[in-house]
Amino acid sequence: MSQPTFYVSPEQQVKDRAEFARAGIAKGRSVIVARYADGIIFVSENRSKSLHKVSEIYDRIGFAAVGRYNEFENLRVAGIRHADVRGYAYDRRDVTGRMLAGAYAQLLGTIFSAVMEKPWEVEITIAEVGETSDTDAIYHLAFDGSISDEPQFAVMGGATDKISAAFSSHYVPGASLSDVLKAAMTALIADPRGGASLTLDALEVGILDRTRASVRKFRRLNADEIVALAGAKSEEARVTAEPKKVRVRKATPAAEAIAASSDGSSANPPTKARRTTKKAAVTSSDSTGEVTDIPVTTHGDPGE
Amino acid sequence: MNTMALARRVCDAEINTTGAGILVLMNEMTQAYLLDSTSSFTEFVARTSPNFLPSAATVTSRDLSPTATTIVAVATSDGVVLAGDRRATMGSMIAQRDIQKVFVSDEHSGVGIAGSAGIAIDLVKLFRVELEHYEKIEGAPLTLDGKANRLASMIRSNLGMAIQGFVVVPLFVGWDTACGKPRIFTYDATGGCYEELGGYQAIGSGSLFAKGSLKKLYDPAASLDDAVTVAIEALFDAADDDSATGGPDVYRRIYPVIITVGASGAVQLSEDTVAEATQRVLEARATRPDGPKAGVR
Repeated sequence: MSQPTFYVSPEQQVKDRAEFARAGIAKGRSVIVARYADGIIFVSENRSKSLHKVSEIYDRIGFAAVGRYNEFENLRVAGIRHADVRGYAYDRRDVTGRMLAGAYAQLLGTIFSAVMEKPWEVEITIAEVGETSDTDAIYHLAFDGSISDEPQFAVMGGATDKISAAFSSHYVPGASLSDVLKAAMTALIADPRGGASLTLDALEVGILDRTRASVRKFRRLNADEIVALAGAKSEEARVTAEPKKVRVRKATPAAEAIAASSDGSSANPPTKARRTTKKAAVTSSDSTGEVTDIPVTTHGDPGE
Repeated sequence: MNTMALARRVCDAEINTTGAGILVLMNEMTQAYLLDSTSSFTEFVARTSPNFLPSAATVTSRDLSPTATTIVAVATSDGVVLAGDRRATMGSMIAQRDIQKVFVSDEHSGVGIAGSAGIAIDLVKLFRVELEHYEKIEGAPLTLDGKANRLASMIRSNLGMAIQGFVVVPLFVGWDTACGKPRIFTYDATGGCYEELGGYQAIGSGSLFAKGSLKKLYDPAASLDDAVTVAIEALFDAADDDSATGGPDVYRRIYPVIITVGASGAVQLSEDTVAEATQRVLEARATRPDGPKAGVR
C-alpha cells in the first residue's frame, strides 16, 4: 500500500522545522554571553533602547535572546513569572538557573514538536551568577529545547561560527569586565553581515555582578559606563572634551577615534588590565583581514 | 373598659393584623425581655449586655496574633527616614523582642507595618515581589503613586480579615524620582491611602506619643542624619509611654530598624550606625530623661 501523498517522514519534518527556525534566528544580530572575573556579561547589538534583548529574570539570573521579538518576549515574561512564583512560594534561594533552564527546555521542546504550531524562531541563554566564579553557569537553549551548559561563553544568532572564533581568540577566562567587553565587541565586529559598522551606542550590555551589594545582581550598563569600559581613555577625553552636552555620539567617524593602533590581538598577556591601557579604540581584524576601529566617543568623561 | 383591657385589645389587634409587627416596634432590649427563656440572671445578662459582666474582656485578634507597634517617618529635603521599634506583643506578653517591621520595598521606597504581625509580614513580602515583578516585566519601575496605590489595594483585599480583627496598617515612604522629593503615605484598614504633607507621621499603638515627640523635634531643613536622631527620639518617647512599643535594648544590642530613602536609593542603616545614634540619644536622656527641650520662643 502506498503512502498518502501528504505524508512527510518525521525526519524530514524535523529537518524542515529546524531549517525554518534557524533561518529566522540567523536574520538577527548576535548576542554574546560570557563569564568575567566578577560575574557574567551579556553583550548584544541592539539599536532600540526600550526593546531589550538582555533582561533580568531573578536575583542571580539573567536572560538574553535572539530571534523573533514577540516570541522571546513571551519566554522572558514566562521566566520572570516562573521565578517569582517559585521564590514567593518557597524562598528566594530556591530559584536556580538550572531549574529555569529546565523549564525553558520543556517549553521550547514542546513548541518545536507541536505539529500544529510553527516552531519558535528563538535562541536564548540563561545565565546564573554564583557566590564564587566556579558556581557561575551559562545555559544555552536552542529553538528545539536542546540545552547545553556552556563552560565559559555562549554565542547566539547568525554567523555564530565567525563570531565564536573571533571571540574565543580574544577571550581569556577570568578576565576583567572591561577585557571581556572589548573581546565581545571585537567578535561582534567580525560579523560578516555588516558588523564593521558597529558603534558603541548600538550596544546593549547587561551584567550579573557578584560584587553588587543588592540581592539583585543584574544591572544594565549605561552608555557612559560602556564607553568607559570599552577603553576611551579618560585623560585624552578630558583634553578634547567640549561641554558635556553629548555623552555618546552616533557613529563618530573612525578618524575621531582616540587611537588607531591595533590592540585587539590575543598577543596581550591575559593579566594585563586593559582598563589602563593607553590605546582607547578597540580594533580588530574582521573577516576580510582589514583592521577596523570601533568608533569611540571622545566626549564621554567616564570619571564622572 | 379599664386601661388593662384596652392595652390587651390593642396588642391582640396588632398581632392579628401584622403578625410579629409589634415585636419589631419594640427595642431590642424589650424584645429580649419577652423572648428569652432563661431563669439565670448571669446567662441573661451575658446574652443581652455582656459588657455589664466582670468577664467583659472579649477575645480579639490581639490575643491570637502578635501585634506590631510604633513606626515613624521623618522627611527632609534629602530624603525620608523610616524607623520602627522591635517589639511584638500578644496581649500583655512580649512575643518577640527583635521583630522587624520596617523594610526596604524596592530601590526607592520603604514600608513599615503595624497590626497583626503574621499577615503584615506576608503582605510586605507580597508587596516587594509585586514591585519587583512589575519592574522586571515592564522594564521600568512603577511611579511612586503607582506603588502607593498598589499597596492600598492590597490592604483593601485584607478587609475581610481586618473586620475579624486582623488589621494591618502600613506606613509607606519613598523618593519620587519624577519630582525629586521624598513623600509619605498613610493608610487605613479599608485601603484608604492618604499622602502626609506635614513631613512626618507615625502609626501603631505608640503613635500618639511618637507624634507628640515629632511635633516638637521635626525640622524640615534638618540633615538626614539629624532626621535619624529625631526618629530615634520619637521611638524612645513612644516606648516610654506605650507598653507595646519596645525601647532600645543595649544589653542584647537590639536597636530600632531604620531605613533611609533618598535620591541615591533606599538603604537599611547598619546595626553599628543605629547603635551609635541610639547611644547618643541614651546619653542625653541620662541627664534629661524626657528628651531634648523644645524652645518656647
